[in-house]
Amino acid sequence: MTKVSMTVNGKAVSGEAEGRTLLSAFLREGLGLTGTHVGCDTSQCGACVVHVDGRAVKSCTVFALDVAGAEVRTIEGMANLDGSLGTIQQAFQDHHGLQCGFCTPGMVMSAAALLAENPKPSEADVRHYLEGNICRCTGYHNIVKAVLAASGQDVSAVAAE
Amino acid sequence: MHNFDFVKPASIADAVKALASDGAQALSGGQTLLPTMKQRLAAPAVLVSLTGIAEMRGVCKGDGGLHVGAATSHATVAKEAAAHYPALAALAGGIGDPAVRNRGTIGGSIANNDPAACYPAGVLGSGATVVTNRRKIAADDFFQGLFSTALEEGEIVTEVRFPIPEKAAYVKFRQPASRFALTGVFVAKTGGTVRVAVTGAGQGGVFRWTEAEAALARAFSADAISGLAVPAGDMISDLHGTAAYRANLVKVLTGRAVTAAG
Ligand SMILES: Cc1cc2nc3c(=O)[nH]c(=O)nc-3n(C[C@H](O)[C@H](O)[C@H](O)COP(=O)(O)OP(=O)(O)OC[C@H]3O[C@@H](n4cnc5c(N)ncnc54)[C@H](O)[C@@H]3O)c2cc1C
Ligand code: FES
Ligand code: FES
Repeated sequence: MTKVSMTVNGKAVSGEAEGRTLLSAFLREGLGLTGTHVGCDTSQCGACVVHVDGRAVKSCTVFALDVAGAEVRTIEGMANLDGSLGTIQQAFQDHHGLQCGFCTPGMVMSAAALLAENPKPSEADVRHYLEGNICRCTGYHNIVKAVLAASGQDVSAVAAE
Repeated sequence: MHNFDFVKPASIADAVKALASDGAQALSGGQTLLPTMKQRLAAPAVLVSLTGIAEMRGVCKGDGGLHVGAATSHATVAKEAAAHYPALAALAGGIGDPAVRNRGTIGGSIANNDPAACYPAGVLGSGATVVTNRRKIAADDFFQGLFSTALEEGEIVTEVRFPIPEKAAYVKFRQPASRFALTGVFVAKTGGTVRVAVTGAGQGGVFRWTEAEAALARAFSADAISGLAVPAGDMISDLHGTAAYRANLVKVLTGRAVTAAG
């Protein structure tokens, strides 16, 4: 075991990790931040997406020790300071961008990375960017709509199909 | 996953030293190695992370072309190579998904030499030079069959040097579940020389389609290869596509790549 320190959602944290401890396990089991979900654990589904130094990564496919010292942001860091839902989260709720909610933490983190890079994405941009995030429930249309709404664009013409 | 010792050196020299220990293996973006270790198909005793080595990262214009550090992520190549070598940037930007591109690296991709990976086609098609801690290896000598390369024990890729062709394009027919290439073709033209590199199709991994290269050197247009055929006997056959299907794809994608290269 090695002591590993990083910044998670703006707070300095540290914990014990083995070489093989995944960032997803460090967050969930080490820090109790269970908002980051582990769906496939094989780098396919994107449920575990978090930001490391501002970039979206699959936390099941990164070793905790490899990101020691990094700035990590998880779904727990997406709410407003008063605890109310952040813009993207609220848009997911308003536009029914989730059903079971299992994929949602990863979807929100990927959407946040997209909007940081491209504040006014087209529908095609959103679909393309979310390629690595798999949802078993919604059929994606409402997720795309939620992300477009979160970017401040009018989505009244985007069909729910 | 079996446990291992983790080290993260800050220089190539220290990485090479660490890799000399028993059972040591390099870790770059981990987008291939982590899944492999979870399946226990790899169980290194020591993992040497290359992600902390600044001299192995970045894209810059150098002697006769574009130099890409081996630990440069696909996302960085997609962005920073765009002004210099758009076909290479587009290839990098089409790998996997954004999260994979933020971690995965060119060095890891070519060292792994997956028969369906994109970079081997870009590196071979460009006639790039693979630079290691020991030597420079021409792309034609580097790729040696499925998951196999010229790299020796303890040798790491430090940089890839790309000559910049006059015209080039990569066209990939995606296997939609894995997002790898079901078949992908990289075409590059410089003066009277044309290179055509094919990934995802050959039983021996990435290969050059030399008949198409000769025909395209005479006339650089999709029509120039209309009379050619790729022998299906040498193609991969799996549940995603038969050998005959892939042989046809090679030809169709080569034509599309030539058209896209303009
Ligand atoms: C969901 C998903 C989709 C993907 N889609 C695509 C795709 O469309 N196209 C594509 O081409 N790839 C794809 N990949 C693979 C991805 O590009 C990997 O990042 C890449 O193949 C390996 O690079 P890495 O930096 O992650 O290497 P790692 O996983 O860290 O390492 C891979 C191997 O290379 C060795 N190695 C790493 N760096 C070096 C070095 N500098 N010198 C010597 N040996 C080294 C390691 O020891 C290991 O054996 C995908 C991966 C995933 C998970
Ligand atoms: S849990 Fe990480 S990609 Fe599915
Ligand atoms: S809402 Fe259930 S997996 Fe996406």
